[in-house]
Amino acid sequence: MTTPGTDESETPSAAHMHDRPGASATEPSHDAGVVGASGFTNDAGQTTLMGAARAYVAKVRGGEPGALPAVFGLVVLLIVFSQLSKVFLTTGNLANLPGQAGPTILIGMGVVFVLLVGEIDLSAGTAGGVCAMLMALVATNGGNLNGAVKGGSYWAVVIVVIAGLAVAVWQRLWPATTIIALGLIVVLTHLGGHIWIAMFLAISAGTAIGCITGYLVARVGIPSFVVTLAFFLAWQGVIISFAGKGGAISMGQFYPVIALAHRNVNPTGGWVIFAIFVGGYGAYTLIRSIRRRAEGLAAEPLSLVLVRFGVLAAVGIFVVVFLNRNRQVNKAATPVIGMPWIVPLVLVLLVAMTLLLTKTAFGRYLYAVGGNAEAARRAGIDVRRMRIAAFAISSTLAAFGGLALASYNGGVALDIGGGNTLLYAVGAAVVGGTSLFGGRGRIRDALLGGIVISLIPNGLGLKVNINAAYLYIITGAFLLLAAAADAFGRRRQSV
Amino acid sequence: MADTPILALRGINKSFGAIQVLHDVDFNVYPGEVMALVGDNGAGKSTLVKCVGGIYGIDSGEFFFANQPVDLHSPRDAAAHGIEIVYQDLALCDNLDIVQNMFLGRELRRPLIRALDESAMERRSRETLTSLSVRTVASVRQLVSSLSGGQRQTVAIAKAVLWNNKVVLLDEPTAALGVAQTRQVLDLVRRLADNGLGVVLISHNMNDVMEVADRITALYLGRIAAEVKKADVTYSQVVELITAGRSGNIGLQPATAAESA
Repeated sequence: MTTPGTDESETPSAAHMHDRPGASATEPSHDAGVVGASGFTNDAGQTTLMGAARAYVAKVRGGEPGALPAVFGLVVLLIVFSQLSKVFLTTGNLANLPGQAGPTILIGMGVVFVLLVGEIDLSAGTAGGVCAMLMALVATNGGNLNGAVKGGSYWAVVIVVIAGLAVAVWQRLWPATTIIALGLIVVLTHLGGHIWIAMFLAISAGTAIGCITGYLVARVGIPSFVVTLAFFLAWQGVIISFAGKGGAISMGQFYPVIALAHRNVNPTGGWVIFAIFVGGYGAYTLIRSIRRRAEGLAAEPLSLVLVRFGVLAAVGIFVVVFLNRNRQVNKAATPVIGMPWIVPLVLVLLVAMTLLLTKTAFGRYLYAVGGNAEAARRAGIDVRRMRIAAFAISSTLAAFGGLALASYNGGVALDIGGGNTLLYAVGAAVVGGTSLFGGRGRIRDALLGGIVISLIPNGLGLKVNINAAYLYIITGAFLLLAAAADAFGRRRQSV
Repeated sequence: MADTPILALRGINKSFGAIQVLHDVDFNVYPGEVMALVGDNGAGKSTLVKCVGGIYGIDSGEFFFANQPVDLHSPRDAAAHGIEIVYQDLALCDNLDIVQNMFLGRELRRPLIRALDESAMERRSRETLTSLSVRTVASVRQLVSSLSGGQRQTVAIAKAVLWNNKVVLLDEPTAALGVAQTRQVLDLVRRLADNGLGVVLISHNMNDVMEVADRITALYLGRIAAEVKKADVTYSQVVELITAGRSGNIGLQPATAAESA
């Protein structure tokens, strides 16, 4: 009697539960809350592609346009220029783009770091120029910088490098310390006769310059706008002074330098690079999504990961195929095929710097300093050290940009890194989606923005009858639009 | 009294130049209780908190943590003893998400490669918020810029709890909040104490104080007017302590000060 009795007493309650789906739905979720995470309804992430799309639209509307303005600008420019000139969409033309955009992208990547902490680096262009000039001088003088420039200038270089080293040691920036110390050895021992070592010296000089800039901004407390404006002017003078009576220095005999913009990876190598970067990205995002979902953490839907990977792979395949076509005008001559060496260089730095920003505490602190310096300070972060580090990284990447400039121009001219170089780099970062107000930005912004910014002169250059005035006006308009999107985004977020 | 304070200040003096802001201040925080620190503007509440937090050095006086004398010279000292301050202006980074803010400066890293351990951080953030019964946050991966004032306060308080702190000082946690959000935060304050922490609540809002506090310390022009149990005083007595430094037989009268605790 008892057993059926209990059965009967339980059955109605179960039926009752079934009659009220609302109640039964609440119960388990409440239990789950005790075990793990019930309050966080969105933490499983958007599970469908549509959900992810809606979330993305909401994000854009909420003031985070991300890469959208850059991609939009890219599409518009491609359409307009392809209508303007039949040559525009040929491999012969667009294969020049990596060489043209390379310096802007590399300097722009550095500028992203400085913008992230809420500062500005106007000197990155000419600092990169100084670095390239140093490389050219030591490379063409068998490593003897003392013989290449007047003794006073030589010791000025040594003192600057030692000052940078001192800042790096004092602020415990160990990677910077290592790079600068090795550079100092190269300068003092006249080892820079080998072109690879000379190129390293340029990078090292960039790091030293950045440490000094950062010290003046973060420790002395001079606004970065003023410090870097002063250096922007001063480095131009240093370049001219170093060149002396010799004027521009040709780098034609140095293959590794020229190769960046003017020599190409062979087609097979191009596919290997494609496989490593696109495949690596796809594998990483896929594994991350699956693993995080298994752990019950916020994860992207698999479909989104696959769609994104598909789009990236399609673009990548198209670019590799496009660049692997022969663009030699004289079909009888040696074919010109493959991607310029600057493409893998940019990709390596893109991945390395992105990992630095997103996977390390160091990168997290950079964002924190830009988002709320006071909060960062209270969290025990050495805000001034982070600022110095940002400038050090900026100038280091600017040195890479200087090398790319030297490569594209075939040598180091007296105006290297001057003029619009820096402004285009800042423009690239901003067009790509990096905020001028600090705290928001990614390394890929410089890549996307740099392509957009460099596409304008590339396309307009094909129409000989178009006045150079349009170049500046159109570039300016793009920059203004991008900055407006940034400001608009911030206003949306603060509401 | 059965309870011994987890944190005790004895005879704290603090001057800024010629102006003495704190006069021989004694202050106690008891584990598992909410101690409200009340006083008018300029009474020295914020200064006292910053002395405890190691942001300001003291001129004279002693700190005792769990009956042991300790030095609090820097925010790091305070953090090392498990003392956490949730400041009025929150000190959160808008451009980072909840997990990133909660672990800011103390990120968990994977062994060997030293990369950030996002999974562990996300899991622990969620556990902490769950343990505080926070149910108002949709995702721990939301940017702080998208949170309401109450949610931000919740995150800031949860951040203080995450690190197994012994003492949490909350500086005006409800000042900028609406009714419902104030309710959430006060519940949270109560739960902190119920979890065994010593909680200091600084507030101008007497309703909040009377509702959530176990004890009340009133500061009057840099001096301790009284430390009383909430059950022993009325709303108007507390207001008198704040505005006049004394109320009837409690407050700044040498003869009666001793029995007030």
